[in-house]
Amino acid sequence: MKPKSFFNKLLEKIAEGILAISGSITTLAVLLIVIFLFKEGVGLFNQSSVDENSIIAVNKQNPINKLKPSDVKKIFDQELTNWKQLGGNDEEIVVVRFTDISTYYSDEKLGANLEHLPACFSNLTDSLKGAIVYMPAKYALKDFKGKKIHVDKVSLLDFFAGREWFPTAEPSAQLGILPLILGTLWVSLGAILLSLPLGIAVAIYMAEIASPRFRSFIKPIIELLSGIPSVVFGFFGLIVIVPMIQKTFGLPVGETGLAGSIILAIMALPTIITISEDALRTTPRAMKEASLALGATRWQTIYRIVIPYSISGLTAAAILGIGRAVGETMAVLMVTGNAAIMPKTLLEPVRTIPATIAAELGESSQGGLHYKALFTLGCILFIITLAINLTVEYISTKRMNNK
Amino acid sequence: MIKIESKNVNLFYGDFQALKDVTMAVEENTVAALIGPSGCGKSTYLRLFNRMNDLINNIKIEGEVLVDGQDIYNKGINVDELRIKVGMVFQKPNPFPKSIYENVAYGLRVNGVNDKSFIEEKVITSLKHAALWKEVKDKLHKSAFELSGGQQQRLCIARALAISPSVVLMDEPASALDPISTAKIEELIHELKKEYTIVIVTHNMQQAARVSDYTAFFYLGELIEYGKTANIFTNPTNIHTQNYVTGRFG
Repeated sequence: MKPKSFFNKLLEKIAEGILAISGSITTLAVLLIVIFLFKEGVGLFNQSSVDENSIIAVNKQNPINKLKPSDVKKIFDQELTNWKQLGGNDEEIVVVRFTDISTYYSDEKLGANLEHLPACFSNLTDSLKGAIVYMPAKYALKDFKGKKIHVDKVSLLDFFAGREWFPTAEPSAQLGILPLILGTLWVSLGAILLSLPLGIAVAIYMAEIASPRFRSFIKPIIELLSGIPSVVFGFFGLIVIVPMIQKTFGLPVGETGLAGSIILAIMALPTIITISEDALRTTPRAMKEASLALGATRWQTIYRIVIPYSISGLTAAAILGIGRAVGETMAVLMVTGNAAIMPKTLLEPVRTIPATIAAELGESSQGGLHYKALFTLGCILFIITLAINLTVEYISTKRMNNK
Repeated sequence: MIKIESKNVNLFYGDFQALKDVTMAVEENTVAALIGPSGCGKSTYLRLFNRMNDLINNIKIEGEVLVDGQDIYNKGINVDELRIKVGMVFQKPNPFPKSIYENVAYGLRVNGVNDKSFIEEKVITSLKHAALWKEVKDKLHKSAFELSGGQQQRLCIARALAISPSVVLMDEPASALDPISTAKIEELIHELKKEYTIVIVTHNMQQAARVSDYTAFFYLGELIEYGKTANIFTNPTNIHTQNYVTGRFG
């Protein structure tokens, strides 16, 4: 035997070093991504729902100093018409948007280069007792005679319990994610209700009943299913399932939560089948034989011995299936119609969290309110999937300890 | 009276012939031991009598296997009913992941018994029969996995007895147990003989000598010699048998 040369040892050290470095880089990258996600996402709650470069102002004599984002929206939508409704004086609310200024002042008065604009805003706010003015902050000079209104920051309650998602609303964005959370839950729940019974049935068939030849035929097909890109599933859903739903239920549009559920159910099937089948196969042969030797039929053995024995694995399959459904973006985006309204039935268009992020991130300005709100949605999605993975981990370690 | 017998049985796993022309009969209320080196076909032979081999793919069986004079491989035979009549205890203790009580009650439940008091009575008598009652009577509803290996094996025997079989097949029931548990199982076999016909596969020559009335020696799929245990161990007619029982090979 030859003694190992210095060169060999050096090579080994270098190889070890490369492995260590790649490990640390991966860990670091993952951590950085998570930190970035949360940094951007949590920033949302430090911001007012009104654009930084604009202000909302009222007449000096108006006793109201601050408004909630939802009230601002109601005022500008003219759902609130009197300051009395907000606890102020009995005064009609007069909404003035930036472009409305030209209905109060002629072009001459505003000046050829709009140089008198700040003064006009100032005078208008002063003369109209019920005015509420939404204007760029740069026109509110030192001698501005109106009173700036403080609009509350985005609160956790408004964010999670708000029923309106309208991030581009002016002047105050509406960031209630309840419809999105409910949309996600409804679609995922519908998907799991469809795919779990079917998936477990297929898994039982493959693990216990099918002949090895048939199993070796069907298994690759199911695995093929998980290799199809989600956009293809979306396309299939749009062309086949959406019109089918529209026809079957006589709906004005077929792009509904149900369409999303069906597509997600198909997409979650491989996960559920593979994991359930593995779980069912862990049932010791001796235990099945013992059951059969006591005169139990094959079916009795399956539901009295095999299913109870692998129940934790089946639970894990269900949870991972839900996880797949919750996080899926593209296919859902294509078939659910994406209306951010509170879903009442699965036969209405719904919008899920991932679909919202994918559809809106492109049109939001970086660092803005909308952008941060989308990151917060990302954080929520991350927390949900993390919780799902931890639950599965917990169940499977518990299962290991039990045996 | 003959309880179970095989006539000219050949068994093939695919191309491999595991049993060659085996003809043998076991009297009622006796213990027959099957001995022989590993891979000689004794376990395969045992599993003929409750059709446990049916689970294996690509298997072919020729000849007649009779229980109470009836060919159990006939088309009209109900396998589940056969398995009620012919119980089995396996090599390793294999209790179900259920309570001790439910383990014993399982056979009754899957065979449609719903009468609670009957089940309870059966569970108690079976546990007593299997000499386990005293040890478990205070923890009937605890998991069967809390028992020791020897206790688990006696639980498996109790489980097999609960559905009142007339034949009990035992596939090396003590091979995974310590000597004290083994002694208990052997004692038990002596007791059970009064009511049941027992066929036991064993690797342990002394065990075969201690518990059985008849002994069959299998070698390479053939039944080499079958007779009274005393004769097989003291006066074997075949050279292979002699070598095996005296420990020269195996």
